[in-house]
Amino acid sequence: MRADIAKDPFVPEIYRVGSVRRELADAVTLELEPVSGTRPDFRPGQFNMLYAFGVGEVAISMSVGASEGTGFVHTVRNAGAVSGALARLEPGATLGVRGPFGTGWPVAEAEGRDVLIVAGGLGLAPLRPAIQEVLARRERFGRVTILVGCRSPSDILYQHDLEQWKQRLDVNVEVTVDHAGTDWHGNVGFVTTLIPRSPFDPDNAIAMVCGPEVMMRFAASGLQKAGMPAGNIYLSMERNMKCAIGLCGHCQFGPAFICKDGPVLPLERIAGLLAVQEI
Amino acid sequence: MQAFKADTSGFALDTAGLQRLFEVLAEDGYRVVGPTRRDDAIVYDEIGGITALPAGWTDRQEPGRYALERREDNAFFGYAVGPHSWKKFLFPPSETLWSAHRGDDGVMTVAVPERTADKFAFIGVRACELHAMAVQDRVFGEGPYVDTAYAARRSNAFIVAVNCAEAGGTCFCVSMETGPRATQGFDLALTELIGGDEHLFLIEAGSEAGRRILERVPHGTATTEQAEAARAVSERTASQMGRSLDTRGIKELLQDNPEHPRWDDVAARCLTCANCTMVCPTCFCSTVEDHSDLTGQNAERVRKWDSCFTMDYSYIHGGSVRTAASSRYRQWMTHKLANWIDQFGTSGCVGCGRCITWCPVGIDLTEEVAAIRAALDEGRSR
Amino acid sequence: MESMEQILGQQSFFAGCPPEFVRLIAGCARNHHFKAGEYLIREGEPADRFYLVRQGKVALEIAAPGRPAIIATTLGEGEIVGVSWLIPPYRAEFDARAMEPVRAIGMDAACLRGKCDADHHLGYEMMKRFLPVMVKRLHATRLQILDVYGQR
Repeated sequence: MRADIAKDPFVPEIYRVGSVRRELADAVTLELEPVSGTRPDFRPGQFNMLYAFGVGEVAISMSVGASEGTGFVHTVRNAGAVSGALARLEPGATLGVRGPFGTGWPVAEAEGRDVLIVAGGLGLAPLRPAIQEVLARRERFGRVTILVGCRSPSDILYQHDLEQWKQRLDVNVEVTVDHAGTDWHGNVGFVTTLIPRSPFDPDNAIAMVCGPEVMMRFAASGLQKAGMPAGNIYLSMERNMKCAIGLCGHCQFGPAFICKDGPVLPLERIAGLLAVQEI
Repeated sequence: MQAFKADTSGFALDTAGLQRLFEVLAEDGYRVVGPTRRDDAIVYDEIGGITALPAGWTDRQEPGRYALERREDNAFFGYAVGPHSWKKFLFPPSETLWSAHRGDDGVMTVAVPERTADKFAFIGVRACELHAMAVQDRVFGEGPYVDTAYAARRSNAFIVAVNCAEAGGTCFCVSMETGPRATQGFDLALTELIGGDEHLFLIEAGSEAGRRILERVPHGTATTEQAEAARAVSERTASQMGRSLDTRGIKELLQDNPEHPRWDDVAARCLTCANCTMVCPTCFCSTVEDHSDLTGQNAERVRKWDSCFTMDYSYIHGGSVRTAASSRYRQWMTHKLANWIDQFGTSGCVGCGRCITWCPVGIDLTEEVAAIRAALDEGRSR
Repeated sequence: MESMEQILGQQSFFAGCPPEFVRLIAGCARNHHFKAGEYLIREGEPADRFYLVRQGKVALEIAAPGRPAIIATTLGEGEIVGVSWLIPPYRAEFDARAMEPVRAIGMDAACLRGKCDADHHLGYEMMKRFLPVMVKRLHATRLQILDVYGQR
């Protein structure tokens, strides 16, 4: 898949912010449309490098699948200088986009099997395109379970989507929070506590996990305890990213470059590294 | 560079011929870059002719030490390697990737700077350095994405190799199978021969481009004795290596021992100064800096060399992944000697010894690998 | 209608438990129903009963003066509510509130403690089942404390 040599992979395309939706106190969803030309195709789980003028670039996954709309949709949390600048963009503003980059979720491989989606916090954003793709061709999959964990009831991302998915009889959706008052009627407890309660055949299921690394580590451990082989558990890893094309070295995770070998990696490939501190 | 069978019969060049080689390359539009003495070191810079070469100088190298000394002869290439490597020309320490402009309508546009297609002729490239270039070729040119600016500079470059006549105190190219004799990846290769009043260079062409240039430089045919002497030079150098590195099973040795106590031991000495990564001819890590002017209408993105020894290198929101010196040293050495093999099908080390020489506290990676290996062997035999 | 022995035997909590023990345990068990909002357990009260939830969701709550109560964890089908019955002085340390209508099997703690004391094999069988529950909860609580989704 050698990229067109004439096109400089360091140079961004210009996109315009179509709409901004506030998701959480510190997170917004941006709909981006190309200023000229067409948006390239991409797979669920891939990411773009978004450039805020004069501030810098940050890696953010697409949060809506390629089959919907003509642009890119990204959910951005204000967590630093660049993401803060992006989160403050208003409709009509322009920004730079390089991508799509990286590996995607194994949606095709999951056909004929049970699907287990485990999301923590903003980790639901990169998983949403995979969920959309599974639900669009629901009949091809076995049981579908979506487990979502977050900090508190006010930190639940995409509540509207979760409500719609919950209304379907062919999807099992469970949301849990770490901290809640008595006015909360849902689950309280770490997201891993939902795994033993979920209906899936550990010998014939694919799990897609995204969230903070420590959450993924324990979710992976929970899935393995439930009997899932490491080869069927996929995680979306995060590391510092500068070039996104395997040339700058920053995103190394052992022998893997998260930008091109990941971000989505099977647990069996990285299990040994997850347990090593500061790798 | 196209495949070309090296001409083993060889030709001989005198010092005037070498001067002529510089001129022919300059006539062809090459920026001729070679070794020269500056600030008590032998560095690589643009040079006009043989008078700029560090004639009669050599370098004494040990862990944490580098010093120039006079030679007894007037050899042009009588040193090992200095703090520079050719990567600073092919992969510049600072390079503007593009600039952006925000118009009055607020809309952003991006422009790529006009890049002069630099045509470098490198004079005096050592076998280890040829291998280092081949390693960086794999990194920048053979993945799914190509660094087009690097690839252009690389394919334009004309390479005159020199076979090392003596090994430096920190050299271990024999262990890495990267030297001391240049066997591929050059246009022309020289072996310097000094004896009595004679100062000659045995010269061989390694490419069609090399042969065409050589045709325009006055030269003679090497005698059997000269060819034999040149072979002896490489053999002698091979026997003089200052260091050795046991590479057997090195990938597993390092990848399987991330918790080895030796990482803490080396971290207690390491200053995380990043010198080793700056002098390394294969280290390719870079970062980007984004600037904007005071009007807020113009911005640019500059790529700069970076090092895995900095805290910023592994920063993800909230903090750095590798805060301890031990984890940063482990990252560097495990990447260089082990992970590189998974990533690019080759070791990232060519045995040039620069990281040992230029480490301010004299950390010697060959010694660190040996210590990890020895501790494990001891553990097994117990 | 199923006997209590049959009902217990079907619970994953008692999976692999020898039938004679299930029979002994069933002798201390009876069915309970709670409306949403009713408490199964109140903090500080004697821990004279624990529950195995058959249906519905239960919140373990901690009330603190001057601030609203917080939910420490929620428990559902197949899970145990109440472990203080095992540990002297046998006093409940949390409130357990039915978040929705709850059906549960309640175990008489004094009855079961007596049988466990009389037959240490039964006692060990119960310990083997309770210890993992407690360890899992402790681990899950640690992960909650980590606050992994918060901004560092």
